Amino acid sequence: MKDLKYRAYVKRTPYLFLAPYFCLVCIFFIYPLISAFLLSFQQTNGPKSKAFVGLSNYSFVLTDPDFHKAVKNTAIYAVFSIFLQLPISLGLAMLLNTAKDKTKGFFRLIIFSPNLVGQIFVGVIFSVLFVPRYGLFNRFMQSLIYWGLENRWLENPTLVLPAVIITALWMYVGFNMIYFLAGLQSVDKSLVEAARIDGANPWQVFWNVTLPAIKPVATFVVVMSTIGSFQLFELPFSLLKGEFGPSSSGLFIVSYLYQMAFRAGDLGTGAAVGWILTLMIMIISLTQIKMSGTLEEGK
Amino acid sequence: MNGIHIFLLCLAALFVLLYALQPKRPKIAFTYLRYIVLALIAAMVMAPFFWLLCSAFKDSSVLMKYTFLPPIMNWAKEINLSNFRELFKSQPSMEGNVYFWQYIINSLFLASITTIVQMFFSSMGGYALAKYDFKGKKIIMFFMLASMMIPGVVLLAPVYKLIVNIGLMDTYWALVLPGACSVFGMFLFRQAIVGIPKDLIEAGRIDGCSEFSIYMNLIMPLVRPMTGAFCLVTFLGSWNNFLGPQVYINAQSKLTLPVVLNQYVGVYANQYGVFLAGTLLAIIPPAILFFCLQKEFISGLSSGAVKG
Repeated sequence: MKDLKYRAYVKRTPYLFLAPYFCLVCIFFIYPLISAFLLSFQQTNGPKSKAFVGLSNYSFVLTDPDFHKAVKNTAIYAVFSIFLQLPISLGLAMLLNTAKDKTKGFFRLIIFSPNLVGQIFVGVIFSVLFVPRYGLFNRFMQSLIYWGLENRWLENPTLVLPAVIITALWMYVGFNMIYFLAGLQSVDKSLVEAARIDGANPWQVFWNVTLPAIKPVATFVVVMSTIGSFQLFELPFSLLKGEFGPSSSGLFIVSYLYQMAFRAGDLGTGAAVGWILTLMIMIISLTQIKMSGTLEEGK
Repeated sequence: MNGIHIFLLCLAALFVLLYALQPKRPKIAFTYLRYIVLALIAAMVMAPFFWLLCSAFKDSSVLMKYTFLPPIMNWAKEINLSNFRELFKSQPSMEGNVYFWQYIINSLFLASITTIVQMFFSSMGGYALAKYDFKGKKIIMFFMLASMMIPGVVLLAPVYKLIVNIGLMDTYWALVLPGACSVFGMFLFRQAIVGIPKDLIEAGRIDGCSEFSIYMNLIMPLVRPMTGAFCLVTFLGSWNNFLGPQVYINAQSKLTLPVVLNQYVGVYANQYGVFLAGTLLAIIPPAILFFCLQKEFISGLSSGAVKG
């Protein structure tokens, strides 16, 4: 009898352990999710009043030139974070990989350290570094290549996006490097040796031995940084002092959402933007996972 | 031609020299090159930190005048603690005077509570998913995976509405509760716990441990590295959270560091020196935590990615 009772007790436990999750997910995920869905078909004026408007929030967003600008900016930023930031991270990881443990730890600590600073702080710091004539970055460029001392990075519409990309590069290179470093541990050293002895040059070794070995990690990092890029908000927000740059040159999808929902008070349109963003993220990250073919191994 | 160019040229010349002197062992030259590249990049990464350190102590009138520090004969005049003094001055608000240390306490309190609650709930969930077979487990796991695909900002507007409606505006509940059980954390803990042999749990049961004390006293000590990594990530996220307090907290005396410091450089304010001094102070707690948990953090973070 006691045994039976005990078994029922053990059977019940996992649900008890998961109880906080069940409660919280119902209140703060499922309910808001449904309400976000309904909200996107409503027009609101502040959090209290609402009216059903059908698909007009969606059609408004999809035809708004500001939204197009935000999508374009976000896409450009995402492309740079994948094709500029990640190769640099991988390069650094490979440079560090064969170093001695102590040196490795030292450089890893330094290159990772920008991640300890919040995006909001980094944004403001860089807004000062990008000041024309006096900013550290402008002075550095001037003494290195005699160019850019007078650049108005944050006021010139063509330079705002590069400024955001440079700032993000400083901040995230170390973060991705940590993942690549971990991935490089799984490269079979004897395979590299064998390829070398067979006369493969370093480039061939990289393409044929290293890259396939780190493919799962690389896929993970690419998907994560794409998702992160599409949710970029605080960095440009603080870099541009709470504005969105001249002629919306620093407007990103989430900034647009924030602007709509919390500055203009139109929560319905904000919710619609959120759903469009979700759809974009899902399509892109699923395509990436499919393309790399690690859907089965990578869970 | 200036100092930087000459310095770089010297470094390059040294590489050529090493290569020429030891043509049979090019490895030496390339090792040298590797460390030079790493050191230069590390210097570029550290430069903004060094600038921040200098600027916090510079008098605000000369913030832009010098790249880093003023020449040494001007130090007496131009290097002082005026930024910090301004920062710690009392600020009038609707709730009376507020001092800067109040925001530090707010931030520390909020970040610690968030970290403890998240760690507790996430590890409990992760343990249940790792070591029990129960009805609906597959569905729950699938639901969790799917829910990770939905970006947090989608829920921002409805959660905001919900918080307003249940009267949690202007309280820390609004910041702690919605994320109190992180799905990401549950997966991390599940992954760390799944490898622990089942015999250990059975042994605990035979010795008469309750299920909760098995989790608390047997399992949790074994996944300490993952706990360290998760705590660091959560603490950092909460400490640096800007959007949450910005949206949910109105009372000046309840604000946290990122929001308050941002007030110094808003559209109507321009006190960069004070902001930078505050930022310097705001970096210290996460930096200390990172130093203490570095090993756990690296291994915890990367195990998630490598094992997939």
